Amino acid sequence: MFASGNSTLTVRSRWLPSVEDMSSEPPTSSTRHVVVVGGGMVAQRFVEALRSRDTDGTWRISVFAEEPRKPYDRVGLTRYFEVRDAEELTLGDPALWDDPLVTLHRDCKVEKIDREQRTVTDRLGRVHAYDELVLATGSNAAMPPIPGNDLPGVFVYRTIDDVAELRGWVEAKREAGRVETRGGVVEKPVRGAVIGGGLLGLEAAGALKALGAQATVIEFGTHLMGVQCDLGGGQALKRLINDKGISVRPETATKEMKPHRRTGHVGRLDFNDGGRLDVDVVVVATGVRPRDELARSAGLEMGERGGAVVDLTCRTEDPNVWAIGEVACIEGRCLGLVAPGNTMAEVVVDRLLGGQAEFPGADTATKLKLSGVDVASFGDAHGRTEDCVEVVWADPTAGVYKKLVLSDDAKTLLGGVFVGDATPYATLRPMLGAELPGDPAAFLLPEGAGNAPDIELPDEANVCSCNNVSAGTIRGAVTDHGCTSVGDVKSCTKAGTTCGACLPLVKKITETEMTRAGIEVSNALCEHFEMTRAQLFDAVRVSELHSFSDIIERFGVVPEGATSAGRGCDICKPVVASILASQGNGHILSGEQSTLQDTNDHMLANMQKDGTYSVVPRVPGGEITPEGLIVIGEVAKDFGLYTKITGGQRIDMFGARVEQLPDIWKRLVDAGFESGHAYGKSLRTVKSCVGSTWCRYGVQDSVGMAVELELRYRGLRSPHKLKLGVSGCARECAEARGKDVGVIATDKGWNLYVAGNGGQTPKHAQLLAEDLDSETLLRTIDRFLMLYIRTADRLQRTAPWAEEYEGGLEAIRQVIMEDSLGIADDLDAAMAAHVGAYEDEWKAVLEDPDKLARFGSFVNAPTTPDPSLAYVAERGQKRPATAEEIAAGPDGPVDPALAGPVLVTGPTLEVRA
Amino acid sequence: MIPLAAAPTDRPAEIPDPEDTVTTTQDAADVAADATAGGWAAVCRLDQLVPERGAAALLRRADGAPFQVAVFRLLDDSVHAVQQLDPYAAANVMSRGIVGTRGEEPTVASPVYKQVFALRTGECLESGGKTPKAGLGAHLEAFPAEVRDGVVHVQVT
Repeated sequence: MFASGNSTLTVRSRWLPSVEDMSSEPPTSSTRHVVVVGGGMVAQRFVEALRSRDTDGTWRISVFAEEPRKPYDRVGLTRYFEVRDAEELTLGDPALWDDPLVTLHRDCKVEKIDREQRTVTDRLGRVHAYDELVLATGSNAAMPPIPGNDLPGVFVYRTIDDVAELRGWVEAKREAGRVETRGGVVEKPVRGAVIGGGLLGLEAAGALKALGAQATVIEFGTHLMGVQCDLGGGQALKRLINDKGISVRPETATKEMKPHRRTGHVGRLDFNDGGRLDVDVVVVATGVRPRDELARSAGLEMGERGGAVVDLTCRTEDPNVWAIGEVACIEGRCLGLVAPGNTMAEVVVDRLLGGQAEFPGADTATKLKLSGVDVASFGDAHGRTEDCVEVVWADPTAGVYKKLVLSDDAKTLLGGVFVGDATPYATLRPMLGAELPGDPAAFLLPEGAGNAPDIELPDEANVCSCNNVSAGTIRGAVTDHGCTSVGDVKSCTKAGTTCGACLPLVKKITETEMTRAGIEVSNALCEHFEMTRAQLFDAVRVSELHSFSDIIERFGVVPEGATSAGRGCDICKPVVASILASQGNGHILSGEQSTLQDTNDHMLANMQKDGTYSVVPRVPGGEITPEGLIVIGEVAKDFGLYTKITGGQRIDMFGARVEQLPDIWKRLVDAGFESGHAYGKSLRTVKSCVGSTWCRYGVQDSVGMAVELELRYRGLRSPHKLKLGVSGCARECAEARGKDVGVIATDKGWNLYVAGNGGQTPKHAQLLAEDLDSETLLRTIDRFLMLYIRTADRLQRTAPWAEEYEGGLEAIRQVIMEDSLGIADDLDAAMAAHVGAYEDEWKAVLEDPDKLARFGSFVNAPTTPDPSLAYVAERGQKRPATAEEIAAGPDGPVDPALAGPVLVTGPTLEVRA
Repeated sequence: MIPLAAAPTDRPAEIPDPEDTVTTTQDAADVAADATAGGWAAVCRLDQLVPERGAAALLRRADGAPFQVAVFRLLDDSVHAVQQLDPYAAANVMSRGIVGTRGEEPTVASPVYKQVFALRTGECLESGGKTPKAGLGAHLEAFPAEVRDGVVHVQVT
């Protein structure tokens, strides 16, 4: 127990147990129990911090959550519309909840606190004793006393369930608004209104738009985001919001919500100024109220506007009861932001472990998470400090408004507002209260226009406010903890893992520190090229080079003491081969290009462990005729190949020797098959379900679309393999969201998901665009693939590429949907060139004696099979013999696993009678 | 065991005698690949090799055992020969690796697990943290190779 005023406390290190503890029994038997009421983000942080710091296991933690799920990222709630998967909003490492010292009671609200007995009673009537009690009950969405606020169709925006219900409502209204007429189906738009033009209100409006509803934001004050923005910023913001197709009605008070005559659902808003608005759905986002009823009934002191009053240690008047997050009334107010809540969680953890931490004051910096609208503010955004000066940059045509608030000498940074372009936010926010180097105006000019001085952040500057990580901590991660990448730093310090707004800064600090520590930040491909793959791609494209010799001569590194660059290696040669192929340089085996190819591309087949190859003809969309199946079956049988169905809905034939490949392909090509590019870093397959042509549930012809996509992108060389999928309805039988590009049919068109990967690091594809018609779908995929091909690293699949792309998937969306870089035409042209120039690689080889000559087994005996190959029969087919089986020879011992003699034979094996 | 007949280039399943194959194959007949004095064998014409790519050749050791070598032609028309057996994969594939340089040393990388070997000495320059298969050495055996009158010769003893 930590009685205040005990003089021993002042000398006690935060990491050491108290004097009392040391004199008592070992921690295992004296483990104390902390009960956390509430299962939100702050509770999660508390548990995470306590478990990571309490290495001796002195505390056992029970968390009581009202919602039926693990703590999730409420800040990212709007993302739920995109990911549609509650699991993806899960915070932190799920293993936390498997910790034996942590118990999470879900769907288990605490009903009562007995402070005298130190117990809580849950909704099932169970009583739990505590040593320390932490209240983290958070907030409720506030519901203003407007008549009609309880009508069906009026929602708040606070939990995953709220969001799911809102979505269900909008979808039902849309369905009800569909009318079949003679001219076809007419759809009445769903009309939505959001009461409240703050941070959450705008996110809710964006969510309504994302659901295909109209949205009008009703704001009581003079401008949007009144807490964070001044009038100028608010007006710039209004223009940006209007551009997103969202109407704004400022200075408007809602008098009443009226029901629809027929349905009884909410149907109209009446305003004080006499105006009206017909609606089908209303979202109320006027702020939050602390959920302090439990604290109140426990007799704890309440703040003027609610909340449990705590001191700077986050302790209530009861020394064993603490309050953190939105329910805590600290310094006279409740804070509805996650960053100060996390800070409070850390303070209480420190105190429980005997430390002396105090709440340092709230960081109220915020950033709006609405796609395509950049808004951020921090510090004294309204310029309320006495004698402060404001520096403003406004570009109304571009919808940009940026303001810095500075001390009277125009040097110390007091706050800032950024609308339309929040790039300076990440760098400047940590400088709050510090002196800015140089002319402050330089920070506000558009990127490239001004020479904003490089800021060297002080160690104590807070870089990640969500997780309270300072610049010094990030530097320490590099210097003391051996982190050598942003990914390492993220997992080591948790910086940038919540909202991600600070990631560009984390990256910069990490790289600067690595350079300083002498750790080479090398982007070099290999010893022959100092560039990344993306840089080399551009260099080759711009310089219009078409051969490896020219490329390495122009861009290669000349080794020390040598007069010319080397001749490449197994890293850079395939990369250059891929770049040349992506830029259209003819057949991949033509001229010098053939020397750059990995054996798979060189033999146009996949090498297996014994040096033989497997052969995969293309089966577009997985659709194949009975005749086609018979051809493949006969070829496999005639050449003695092992056959297996692949994961990509086609057939793989194994055990083909080099000298057999042309004969096998002659048969396949004659029967109308072509290369499946299973060997290439290129498009593999487009997997599909059977779709509307046969399926009872399908809403579009998924097979037809898959065939079209596969034929469009076949042969497209890329930094890594590409897999696509098309599902005919939301049941998603083609598992398209596990693909680089996933297409899912809707009743209005196609939803496009991108950057999903299976393999070693599985990742669900993210929604890029909804309800596209087929033409727009193709164009969007064209651009997505081309952008990936141009900018990804060597062997980087789409998921990590999209994650590391500057600005993430949102920036990618802007490039390909809104042409933010002005390269869309260029990407389109590149894809058109690919589609136009496609030829079947195997057909071309069969027609060219020079290329065919490479498929001999031995240069001095081109038709003699490799005599070292050996096979045994297994499950009715052949497989390579093991070293032991080969050593034993054809008359080897009985293999117990096969329950019969092992038959080792040479390069061919007949296993069928 | 029934040999296959359908594939035109296919041969019976028994391990062929390299002597037979070398002398009965048309290309090989052109270059007369019989072992000559000191173990030198004519393998192929230089123009049958693509610069910076390898080719496999089927030869015999002095004791008559069949032996596969990987022959490489570089840009300067020099030729190099190493064992075809990749010790890290126990497969006869070295001729199908990518040719390049480490510093000024010409190299070939295994097409299976990407170990890098010096073409002149067979030394393994980069093992990628792998160990060779049981009973095989870490490095490749290199063989003297040269071009005589446009014909590539390799010495296998």
